[in-house]
Amino acid sequence: MFKWSCRVTKAIGILVALVALASCQSYVDTTHPPALTVFAAASLQPPFDNIARQAKVDARFNYAGTQTLTAQLTPGAQADVFASADTAHMKTVQDAGLLTGPSKIFAHNRLEIAVEKGNPKGIHTLADLARPGLVVVLADPSVPAGKYAQQALAKAHVKVHPASLEPQVTGVLSKVSLGEADAGIVYVSDIVTSGKIDGVEVPDDDNVVADYSIASLSHRSAADQFIAFVLSSQGQAILVNAGFEKA
Amino acid sequence: MSEARIPAPLLALAGAGLLLFILPLAGLMLRAPWDQVGGALLAPETGTALGLSLFCSLTATAVALALGIPLALVLARTTGTLRSVLRALTTLPMVLPPVVGGVALLLAFGRRGLIGAPLHDAFGIQVPFTTAAAVIAETFVAMPFLVIAVEGGLRALDRRYEEAARALGASGWKVFLRVTLPLLRPAIFSGAVLCWARALGEFGATITFAGNLPGRTQTVPLAVYIALETRPQAAIVLSLILLAVSLAILIGLRDRWLGV
Repeated sequence: MFKWSCRVTKAIGILVALVALASCQSYVDTTHPPALTVFAAASLQPPFDNIARQAKVDARFNYAGTQTLTAQLTPGAQADVFASADTAHMKTVQDAGLLTGPSKIFAHNRLEIAVEKGNPKGIHTLADLARPGLVVVLADPSVPAGKYAQQALAKAHVKVHPASLEPQVTGVLSKVSLGEADAGIVYVSDIVTSGKIDGVEVPDDDNVVADYSIASLSHRSAADQFIAFVLSSQGQAILVNAGFEKA
Repeated sequence: MSEARIPAPLLALAGAGLLLFILPLAGLMLRAPWDQVGGALLAPETGTALGLSLFCSLTATAVALALGIPLALVLARTTGTLRSVLRALTTLPMVLPPVVGGVALLLAFGRRGLIGAPLHDAFGIQVPFTTAAAVIAETFVAMPFLVIAVEGGLRALDRRYEEAARALGASGWKVFLRVTLPLLRPAIFSGAVLCWARALGEFGATITFAGNLPGRTQTVPLAVYIALETRPQAAIVLSLILLAVSLAILIGLRDRWLGV
């Protein structure tokens, strides 16, 4: 039998003290946020790391699938800048009333077929992906890259039976570069920066252009400066170097 | 055995520990769209993911029992450096980040892997992206829990029972089956439950090694992760279903097997 004794009362007292101690927030410093916090689509990591170095911004990046970032932002994650791999998720964040400035399209990206170095399976078109026995990996349709891949395949009237639907484009890349998958559909920029795989161009008629958009989520001046640098000729050059197209 | 003997500070810490479990659970329950539970339960994707999760986790537990009990026996009956090395190897998957475990599995059983390459070249078998891969990933991550539990049971075992059986003329195999195994029943049971629970919740190694395809490798944790970003309500419902199924099985098994 559990008795409501003086011990239990004491225990609750200690517990309350512990919680009070924990809520002093000595670890969560909200008064001096040192860095600019940027939530950016995973595919932006190479150019954005570079941009932060060139612009000498003390930025803290959270790179993840755009849909993950959106799921983090809408319930209240704190960030100063949001860079999305599409306009749909930017709209979701905007509709949640989180933007403090207009959203701007700052880069485009196209799809390409990722194959092993040297293209040993001789893949030249999207239609080749339907070849029986070929192991094809795509991004899940909930990820922008997966949604775009689905659109491209539909345009080309190709039906693919993927071996896996990865929750991030990086999953597609690693499975191709490790040799587990024969092919996958990723962004041109992924292939430019990866260096471990080859790309097979998708013709314009079948291709889908991804619009990357950026917006500020706070009134800090550093946020506006960062966005301005991304849109400047210097920032655009870094993006082009990483396989993106100018806005 | 009165609770009043527990000193107040310990009780406070126990309470804090309990809160850590209860609060997230409460969050899940409060945020759950209860009106959608029925629909989600009937959705074919839910059944597919749940069925696959149960199949994979139970198969992984069966494999872990078949391989893990003998392994625990070897661990408990060796001494010195060999034992330390074997022990470290066995517990490695417990400390390894599951995603790293998944990559390691790819490097071993993948098309270019140590064993995977000859397997692929000779028989055309590709392990990754199959249900077998999901079972292997779960076994890899979960088996240590069984081995550790059974090894603990073996160390606490009074070896005189085995010696007596042997003195009466029983063979080594017979002693194992008739004396050692029955005495180990509680340890095997608790180890198997831990192993199964770990396998059921496995995510990182599975998605890395087996990929994510509904009906083949998409277990409930993977389905929850995918749904969390596009259909958060569905993800919560799916989590609750997994939780309810696990609780029902844990409680049901406990009563049946241990009578406590």
